[in-house]
Amino acid sequence: MSAVLTVDNIAVFYDQFQALFGVSLEVEQGETVAIIGANGAGKTTLMRAICGALPLASGRITYNGEVISGQPAYALNQKGIVMVPEGRRIFPSLTVEENLKIGAYRNRPGMWTLPKVYELFPFLKERAKFGGTDLSGGQQQMLAIGRALMSNPALLLMDEISLGLAPIIVKELYEVVAKIAQSGTTVLLVEQDVGRGLKAAKRVYCLLEGKVSLAGKPAEISSEQISRAYFGV
Amino acid sequence: MQVVNTIVQGILLGSLYALFGTGLSLIFGVMRLVNLAHGDFIVLAAYLGLLAVALGLHPLLSLVIVIPVLFILGVLLQRGILNRVLNEGLMPPLVITFGLSVLVQNGLQLGFSADSQDLDAGALETASIRLGEVTLGAFPLITFMTAIVILVALQLFLNRTKLGQAFRATSDDPATAELMGINSRQIYGWAMGLSLAIVAVAGVLLGIRTNFTPTIGPARLIFAFETVIIGGLGSIWGTLAGGIILGLAQNIGAALDPTWFQLAGHIVTLVVLAVKPSGLFARTRDA
Repeated sequence: MSAVLTVDNIAVFYDQFQALFGVSLEVEQGETVAIIGANGAGKTTLMRAICGALPLASGRITYNGEVISGQPAYALNQKGIVMVPEGRRIFPSLTVEENLKIGAYRNRPGMWTLPKVYELFPFLKERAKFGGTDLSGGQQQMLAIGRALMSNPALLLMDEISLGLAPIIVKELYEVVAKIAQSGTTVLLVEQDVGRGLKAAKRVYCLLEGKVSLAGKPAEISSEQISRAYFGV
Repeated sequence: MQVVNTIVQGILLGSLYALFGTGLSLIFGVMRLVNLAHGDFIVLAAYLGLLAVALGLHPLLSLVIVIPVLFILGVLLQRGILNRVLNEGLMPPLVITFGLSVLVQNGLQLGFSADSQDLDAGALETASIRLGEVTLGAFPLITFMTAIVILVALQLFLNRTKLGQAFRATSDDPATAELMGINSRQIYGWAMGLSLAIVAVAGVLLGIRTNFTPTIGPARLIFAFETVIIGGLGSIWGTLAGGIILGLAQNIGAALDPTWFQLAGHIVTLVVLAVKPSGLFARTRDA
């Protein structure tokens, strides 16, 4: 097993405000890793730093042995680091199908094509001509995942895909995540719902106030450890 | 019949305004940038047409040169200058394009003097077609059809091509577009290039239609703004309608009293602003 992604002691600022303080983590080929933590712990910041949307103040990120920190998000998409952003971010002026096609903008080769994505989410095909944001919240989240798959990710980042959705939809979403992971895609996901995160992932990192407060395999972590790492008490 | 004639002429003039407005609304739509030098680029295109005519080309054929030159100018302007101030708010691009406006006007005065010029299209300028009691100028008709062709082509480009979809995605949400592999700065470069390519056509058509001097750009910018205000952003056909309404207002105003040509257009614009500030045919959608 080799590390696909190595985050090495990174610090990230929003202007004067420091959001991450020396965060390190590793993701290995083919595994699913969850980042859990409370609101404002820095989970989304970490994801945005990894995918190239935020600059680092210090530290570095390597991907398949190459230092990628400092490279823009569109270039990292080409390299296979693809993000499902928090809040879905469906393009409102584009139809469902156009939203999917825009995911394939870089023509990255791989197993995912429009028919494959439609096979995974048949309802998207029925609504291909709908406006992207005319779908329900859960459907939009699936569209956002489908759009990311169209980029043929090697490392798929998923930020809070369960946010604001009904439990039954969340369950469906995580079945999809499991399918994607089984296909060999490495998945790094952010989850506020600790139970979900522990269930979906082989390893978890817990963030607290911009630092890693706990790391390990779900089976080897006790609930007291988690609540201490999550709440800091 | 005077009435019908006034209306027809207004519609034909409006199609030229639609071309003015399209370039302006395209770049505002894609990157929320207001190009204050838009009108001066229209005039610059007319002068470039003049140079091509001096080489022996027919004014309409001069487009073969003027379109690529302005396209490249647009890409360079965006990528070399305007992209540097993308995240600095509304003010820097306004100042830069205002500066460019001054620069283009003075550069043209330096190179071509303040004398009035004209692109001579020969017999085409006076040719006309009689339809019953209405006489249609051949050239205004060509202008109208050119505008339709360009608007249809632009619509097809935005709706049907991959690059057009990238334009729309970037317009919606540049940060997410970047996550999908789209280099927004590159898209902005193409958008400005495309905007100025449309300006090239508008400028040469303007130059054939009327006399021009280096300083008439700002007034064309106003007409472009008024077209977009009336028609509303985000709808290409709205822009055509906006141009036609402006052209109609000006021509009807002028028919009532020759000094009311511009005034009537401004009044209609102000009325639209007061009644429906988003424009009559706005189709912008927010996330």
